[in-house]
Amino acid sequence: MQTICAFSRLIPGRGVAALLGDGTQVAVFRLADDSLYAVSNLDPFMDANVISRGLVGDRGGEPVVTSPLLKQAFSLKTGACLDDETVALEVFAVEVLDGEVRVGATSDVKASA
Amino acid sequence: MSKQLVVIGDGMVGRRFLEAVTQRDPSWEITVLCEEPRPAYDRVRLSAFFDGVSAEELSLASDLPGVDVKLGEPAVSIARTSKVVYTDSGEYPYDKLVFATGSYAFVPPMEGADLEGVFVYRTIDDLEAIKAHSEGRRHGVVIGGGLLGLEAANALTLLGLETQIVEFAPWLMARQLDEAGGGILKQHIEKLGITVDCATGGSKIEAVDGRLRMETNREGVAFDTDLIIFAAGVRPRDQLARECGIEVGERGGIITDTSCQTSDPDVYAIGEVAAMEGMCFGLVAPGYSMAEVVADRLAGGEATFPGADMSTKLKLLGVDVAQFGAFDGPLATTYLDPVNGTYAKIVLSDDATTLLGGMLVGNAEPYPLLRASVGGKVPGTLADLLGGGEVDAALPDAAQVCSCNAVTKGEIMGAIHEGCHDVGAIKACTKAGTSCGSCIPMLKQLLTEGGVEVSKAVCEHFTQSRAELFDIVKVTGITTFSELITRYGTGSGCDLCKPTAASILASLSNGHILEGEQASLQDTNDHFLANMQRNGTYSVVPRIPGGEITPDKLIVIGQVAKEFDLYTKITGGQRIDMFGARVEDLPKIWRKLVDAGFESGHAYGKALRTVKSCVGTDWCRYGVQDSVKMAIDLELRYRGLRSPHKLKSAVSGCARECAEARGKDFGIIATEQGWNLYVGGNGGFTPRHADLLLSDVDSATLVRTIDRFLMFYISTADRLQRTSKWVEALEGGIDYLREVIVDDRLGICDELDALMEKHVANYADEWKGVIDDPEKLERFVSFVNAPEAPDPKIEFETVRGQKFPAGTTARSHAAPILLGTPSRLASERN
Repeated sequence: MQTICAFSRLIPGRGVAALLGDGTQVAVFRLADDSLYAVSNLDPFMDANVISRGLVGDRGGEPVVTSPLLKQAFSLKTGACLDDETVALEVFAVEVLDGEVRVGATSDVKASA
Repeated sequence: MSKQLVVIGDGMVGRRFLEAVTQRDPSWEITVLCEEPRPAYDRVRLSAFFDGVSAEELSLASDLPGVDVKLGEPAVSIARTSKVVYTDSGEYPYDKLVFATGSYAFVPPMEGADLEGVFVYRTIDDLEAIKAHSEGRRHGVVIGGGLLGLEAANALTLLGLETQIVEFAPWLMARQLDEAGGGILKQHIEKLGITVDCATGGSKIEAVDGRLRMETNREGVAFDTDLIIFAAGVRPRDQLARECGIEVGERGGIITDTSCQTSDPDVYAIGEVAAMEGMCFGLVAPGYSMAEVVADRLAGGEATFPGADMSTKLKLLGVDVAQFGAFDGPLATTYLDPVNGTYAKIVLSDDATTLLGGMLVGNAEPYPLLRASVGGKVPGTLADLLGGGEVDAALPDAAQVCSCNAVTKGEIMGAIHEGCHDVGAIKACTKAGTSCGSCIPMLKQLLTEGGVEVSKAVCEHFTQSRAELFDIVKVTGITTFSELITRYGTGSGCDLCKPTAASILASLSNGHILEGEQASLQDTNDHFLANMQRNGTYSVVPRIPGGEITPDKLIVIGQVAKEFDLYTKITGGQRIDMFGARVEDLPKIWRKLVDAGFESGHAYGKALRTVKSCVGTDWCRYGVQDSVKMAIDLELRYRGLRSPHKLKSAVSGCARECAEARGKDFGIIATEQGWNLYVGGNGGFTPRHADLLLSDVDSATLVRTIDRFLMFYISTADRLQRTSKWVEALEGGIDYLREVIVDDRLGICDELDALMEKHVANYADEWKGVIDDPEKLERFVSFVNAPEAPDPKIEFETVRGQKFPAGTTARSHAAPILLGTPSRLASERN
């Protein structure tokens, strides 16, 4: 897990992009209820690092982020694209520790659990 | 050899026939001989030509397989034994021949009827000649107070002429209305400043001092005028048939039986030229029926003419006039309201059980219901029907809803059940509503009756339409999305309702769009005040009001583009786009632009984009008003105004229209006297010319009307509904819009004015608001934990001396297009 910024830096209802040590780009979202989600920042449809700049909301109760390019919706929980079941975003682990937001690959989290 | 079909005439009925015959039997090889230089057009809407609708927009032409249309090549003779039609330049053998020659305007024998300045009202060429002649003149006389005459009078008033109607019959529209109806109609028309003299006939026209003088059958009554239009009826164009020995009627018209066959079994006649069993029909609907009959016959069918519904409904000079079924009958009941200017007459069978017909003047709302009920029970109480009250009654399935195309309610309900869920789909599927359009309100009712709920809900989180949300925000004073969704919606929102709410909050002037919670609602483009491009970089578009820019500012744009390595392009909106900016560079770029006096151009927002202009009076030798100054004033007034969709405008300094104002949401064209305002234009997917809303107004009136137009649009349009679709969807269209924002029929103009004043007073440059605010600046970073590290995935390549997103060359080469370069052509010759 890698610290990326202070929790207070995140705007409720928006995302930020973070650069992990290995060059991976992660999109981190703080929702209106202060819950946090992290998914890959790469839009698989347009091959551009833009997911962090998408709008968040829900579709039928499922929290989603919408790609700012061609507006496909992705589940923030599973990364699955709700408009094309063959496509999904990678999901990352995210937590708040001492007011700092930490992000890491889900495999790391499972390994340490 | 395939079968040869020759059609003489390319009018509305001829065109309908071609569509029908090519659909039913594509094996015919068809030649159409058309006298006019242009293919078929919508003659029913001819007067719209003076309302700004172009000849192209009236065109009904379409490419039909196997049909060869010879424009400007009239048939001159027919050899029926050898079965050949001759023109001046060719000969066309036929197996079957169809006359669709229509009518010509009747000009009574009168001395001086051939003088210059005397016209008829029949073709686009006639209209163009009238328009040309009217320029710089002030008075016109229309001879004829029937349908056509009133259309012509409307045309003259639209051309700005004082208009006089002269009608021989004792009242107006004597063929459709009785004396009381004609009287109410006259009352309406005179209110428009048109003078009407009935029971008056012209007897002689003379040229006097460059003008015309028409004497009449009434002693001492003569009219001095600049222009005279004969609109006293039409006569069938049967000359050609007469000359080749085909039987014609006593009062003209080619005699046919109910299959439209003439005295020659290989020759048919359809439309106004046909005298079916001796009777000519001057309306398009019976002509369409004939076209279908002949198409069926030529495909081996046995159709016969079903009888004509002569019902008509028109809006003449803004007055609704309708007549349906019988004109008079055994039991007639009438209602006359001189205060509101309405008249209604309902004709019943003598036992008062069956509706036979009637007429309506001033308010034709019950018309679709009444017309469709002719021959059946009276649909409602007489008092409601006559007095224009609410009528709530279901039509029988057999009732004809669209009389132009003979479509019954049953057929329309069938189409609705098979999945036609909007007016457009019903039109495409049944042809209902595709001719005169008067049944479209009825189609909407039938959709509702068929259980189709036209949902205007913004998304799954709000059942309300955008217009309803706008009202809620305005009335409750709610300033946050969270309050709006908690009180009026469900869930947490989405990419549809959030930007909609953001736009509404911004339209109602709620501070900087990135302030507080609003920041989380903005679409990506609004959030970064720039347009995201395909590779995640942004475009930078500073405002250049009216397209006017100093050399110093041009140099700044060049310097900024060079420093940040941006691709530059001049846009259609007369400004300069810079592409390829990384998100972390945006504040630095804008700092330089703001320091040089630039502001945000809102290219990223659903907001006013640009007001284009031509060069105007200062430089152009044709300009009649200062279009550049007006464009700058308007662009500065409405900059930053958030709306349901983007807004574009243009100002042209003269009628040559170099700024292409009629393709804009609001376009202004200078006149000698002031400005003409056009609204609802669009380029895009479905181009539409803007409609004329006001003519010859001064600058203050112009601006006030645009203020109201924009605010009324912003208050009532759907999400992403451009003004063109919005104007089209307004019940009552442009006339209704004028009543609301010019005549203040709803009493809301003060409020609209206040909303715009608030916008103008609260405007502040959005980019300046960001670069002066460290907290907002914090968001413009590539990575939250590495603010200046560029995204390594953003790569560029060089094409035509500028940078493009990597892969541009590969993408453009995906589908190679060979261009005929000179060297290649030369090699092909060798």
